[in-house]
Amino acid sequence: MLTPAELDALRLSVVVATWSVLLTLPVAVLLAWLLVRGRFIGRSLVDAAVHLPLVLPPVVVGYLLLLVLGRHGTLGHWLYQVFGIRLAFTTAGAVLATAVMTLPLCIRAVRLALEGLDPGLEDAARSLGAGPLDRFFSVTLPLMMPGIVAGTVTAFAAGLGEFGAVITFASNLPGETRTLPLALYTALQSPNGDGAALRLALLSVALGGTGLLIAEALSRTLRRRVGRA
Amino acid sequence: MLQLALSIVRNRFRMAVNLTLPTPGLTALYGPSGAGKTTLAHAVAGLMPAIGRIELDGDVLLDSTRGVCVPSERRRIGCVFQDARLFPHLDVTQNLLYGYKRHHGDTYAEQDEVVSLLGLTLLLRRRPHELSGGERQRVALGRALLGQPRLLVLDEPMASIDRARRDDVLPYLERLRDRYRIPMLYVSHQYEEVLRLAARVVLIDEGKIIACDTPSALSLSPALRPLVGISGVGAVIESEITSCNRDTGLITVSLGGHPLRLQGVGDAVGTRLRLHIPANEVILATEPPHGLSVRNALPGIIETLDPEQDGFVLTTIAVGHDHLLARITQSAIDDLSLQPGRPVWALVKAASLAQGLYRPTATGS
Repeated sequence: MLTPAELDALRLSVVVATWSVLLTLPVAVLLAWLLVRGRFIGRSLVDAAVHLPLVLPPVVVGYLLLLVLGRHGTLGHWLYQVFGIRLAFTTAGAVLATAVMTLPLCIRAVRLALEGLDPGLEDAARSLGAGPLDRFFSVTLPLMMPGIVAGTVTAFAAGLGEFGAVITFASNLPGETRTLPLALYTALQSPNGDGAALRLALLSVALGGTGLLIAEALSRTLRRRVGRA
Repeated sequence: MLQLALSIVRNRFRMAVNLTLPTPGLTALYGPSGAGKTTLAHAVAGLMPAIGRIELDGDVLLDSTRGVCVPSERRRIGCVFQDARLFPHLDVTQNLLYGYKRHHGDTYAEQDEVVSLLGLTLLLRRRPHELSGGERQRVALGRALLGQPRLLVLDEPMASIDRARRDDVLPYLERLRDRYRIPMLYVSHQYEEVLRLAARVVLIDEGKIIACDTPSALSLSPALRPLVGISGVGAVIESEITSCNRDTGLITVSLGGHPLRLQGVGDAVGTRLRLHIPANEVILATEPPHGLSVRNALPGIIETLDPEQDGFVLTTIAVGHDHLLARITQSAIDDLSLQPGRPVWALVKAASLAQGLYRPTATGS
């Protein structure tokens, strides 16, 4: 079926997508909350900034990451000097590039859920003695769950296939940053890669399709649980 | 005692309030839509920013001059909202216990008792979207009460319930009021609900307190008239049953020391009643009536005559220590030469009182 190199690409894709979702999710929830409920100066600027990866060519995002976090980038240099952390051309870098690219998808899903949530419920929780954190975890977060799940699955599925930003920032290193789409691209570049390319393409379709089906089923169940079916 | 000295500004709406309300007892905040009733109630609960001072039974909840503002979650003021606001991801039991679990210290309301008082026993496993409007409000009431509040704020809890289904909630609310004796602020623009529930009424319009009094005293106030409509204008009398005839179903109450007979509902002697006697249903005579079917003729003295715009005159008649209102045409006033100080007979049909019978409680008077 799959060659060891292809299996490696599959494994790497799953690892990168998983880590990037874990990284994205708390940030997405926090940002979505700030963007919906927050009243601060520069809100529209933050809004635009987090959505930028949606409209920019992924290569640009990868390049900007390289400028900032590459070994000679301002932040990247410091990270390397102080902590010995290197992001560019590593799996961690692929995770970061994927996270940045999928963040807007995740935020949009979470935000939609939050906007559909009646702030009156939080007032009710307040009058019943729940402080800010308590309210968030006992009322706001559970009611955002359908959106969070949808955002997670979408981000995961998109993360499996992130190409441009990953190849630019993390390069195409077998076993390190060569995820499914990168392996597919590599196969297309090689003279006898047609079979491998087809296998990898079908695998991608299967993964993405399964992800979407799971997302749909999960969010339907969750919505039914909160009575919004 | 609940003492309020508040100034609330929201967009272009301004509100200034100075009030002292006794606790316990149910106080209605009554006024037209947009008068600021809900705004005031939410400010007391801490859900709406306000400047000034709030003191509840000796505890300062807000004192802007000293920078004190107890957050809503620590005020122990329970809220029941117009739209119930049950948590949709929790079932009825979990909703009921939300505030209970967060309360530390002594409890006066326990789950089992509240559940049975509110008739929720069969609903405990249901989710909010599986409940009717009335059931939802009952759960909301129970949830607020189990948070062990020192004051209960009810913001038009009947507004989203069909008129015909209000008895799904009102009797339960009366039971809670009488069982737990917690002070309540009840926001309403339904005069009927106010008469049924309130010991005291705060009349609010355009962000101002117009009056604060008992329903009985307020019923004579000209300020109330534009709000309650023609059928709502009328004296409100606090009285008790002095005798009842089980055969005819007629009961007698005392009005200013005189007997007033009306169709009762099988109440025992001594039961306190609140009566709303519509001004439209009261006829005035200058001499004792003969040959009329009206059973009630009460001797009184005209106190004031208030001409209204439509050619009628709203007449206040003192009957002993009580008062009646009668809407009389200007021509009748002229023909009978009615004027303040003139003794008259006020005639009231027993049948016209069937709609206006309320049963306030001991705390309600």
